[in-house]
Amino acid sequence: MIRVVLPAHLRTLARLGNDEVQVQVSGQPTLGAVLDAIEATYPVLRGTIRDYGTEKRRPFVRFFACEQDLSHEAPSTLLPDAVVRGAEPFLVVGATAGG
Amino acid sequence: MSGVRVLVGTRKGAFVLSADGKRDRWDVTGPFFGGWELYHLKGSPADPNRIYASQSSGWFGQMIQRSNDGGKTWEPVGNKFVYDGVPGTHQWYDGTPHPWEFKRVWHLEPSLTDPDTVYAGVEDAALFRTTDGGQTWSEMPGLRGHGSGPHWAPGAGGLCLHTILLDPSNAQRMFIAISAAGAFRSDDGGATWKPINRGLHSQYIPNPTAEVGHCVHRLAMHRSRPSTLFMQKHWDVMRTDDAGDQWKEVSGNLPTDFGFVIDVHAHEPETIYVVPIKSDSEHYPMDGKLRVYRSRSGGNEWEALTKGLPQQDCYVNVLRDAMSVDALDKCGIYFGTSGGQVYASADGGDTWNAIVRDLPPVVSVEAQTLS
Repeated sequence: MIRVVLPAHLRTLARLGNDEVQVQVSGQPTLGAVLDAIEATYPVLRGTIRDYGTEKRRPFVRFFACEQDLSHEAPSTLLPDAVVRGAEPFLVVGATAGG
Repeated sequence: MSGVRVLVGTRKGAFVLSADGKRDRWDVTGPFFGGWELYHLKGSPADPNRIYASQSSGWFGQMIQRSNDGGKTWEPVGNKFVYDGVPGTHQWYDGTPHPWEFKRVWHLEPSLTDPDTVYAGVEDAALFRTTDGGQTWSEMPGLRGHGSGPHWAPGAGGLCLHTILLDPSNAQRMFIAISAAGAFRSDDGGATWKPINRGLHSQYIPNPTAEVGHCVHRLAMHRSRPSTLFMQKHWDVMRTDDAGDQWKEVSGNLPTDFGFVIDVHAHEPETIYVVPIKSDSEHYPMDGKLRVYRSRSGGNEWEALTKGLPQQDCYVNVLRDAMSVDALDKCGIYFGTSGGQVYASADGGDTWNAIVRDLPPVVSVEAQTLS
């Protein structure tokens, strides 16, 4: 299971509490696979993290893990071992931007 | 007992204002969807407790919310807005071709007869429709497929389809308006469209009388006269009496004919309202005085309505979807400001008061008349 921390507005949309969530990733634990798993587990979040048409990360959403910025990595990028082992969470972050 | 529900969309959430038919005491609920931009909320004429809301965010994109209980509770429905086929290009600010990119839903127009059917006007400009209560949305591609699409260009607020009017006497006829392309009409239920901009004159475009390219800010219609439309253009207040085949200017004695909103009295089809704004670069009322102007003659002769509105040091704006009327007797008029006030008149505009103030900047106001 991959531990995922979602931003407050997405937790509200998915009717989650304040805690992190866990998602099951099938196949290789890649960046794209964890995003697929988040959307499969919480369908209301489809389109809020990645654009429907292009599948690109929305510009003001960032992906962090293990003090690394994974936002610009390809979907096929493997997640850090600590995230795969559950020692560290995968963070979806609303970028500091605007009001 | 009759009553009114006013749906208010703001930059940071939605609010629902309710009153009985006297309209002198208002209950305010909200914010709903706090922190999100609510460009528009509108109830179904066929089922007033069915309300749709456009919720969007620069961070997390577009959501559509639906209520089945008059705005007490909400559920997210479909948010997948994908253009039909290869999107193609429109004109960018610098004149170059720019790919069509979905940004947000500006306006939701529920069907007059079916609570599950809703039209959505979006940025970049296109018309979408749902027939399953918002679960799925499909583009009505005939509009962008009109040959002029590659020449449409965004206004300062983006290339937005902001007005959708449904003809209550003819289910095949509908009107839309786009900034900055102009007004369009369909006579076949939205399958095909024609620009209806003859008579418009816009000095800010290379050909002031071009077929498309006009920055139409808002259209309004009285349901008893669906071939008469009123328009607040970037500059100029206009009317047509032949469903848009020919427009004429009716700005008359307005102190400035720039503005965003325009609406029609619920019971008097020749009584119309605008809120003049000083200029296209000074988005506030003239002289610090917030004045609604009313014409009882369908334009040209206008009177300032000021009683109860701030008449000094007022520099708010009133955006294009932020005026609405109720159908009570006397007709109620409502508008919201960038300063977070919602002003109401329960006597056709003669007197006003703020029914709520200090909300986030108001983007849209829709009044529902409840029986």
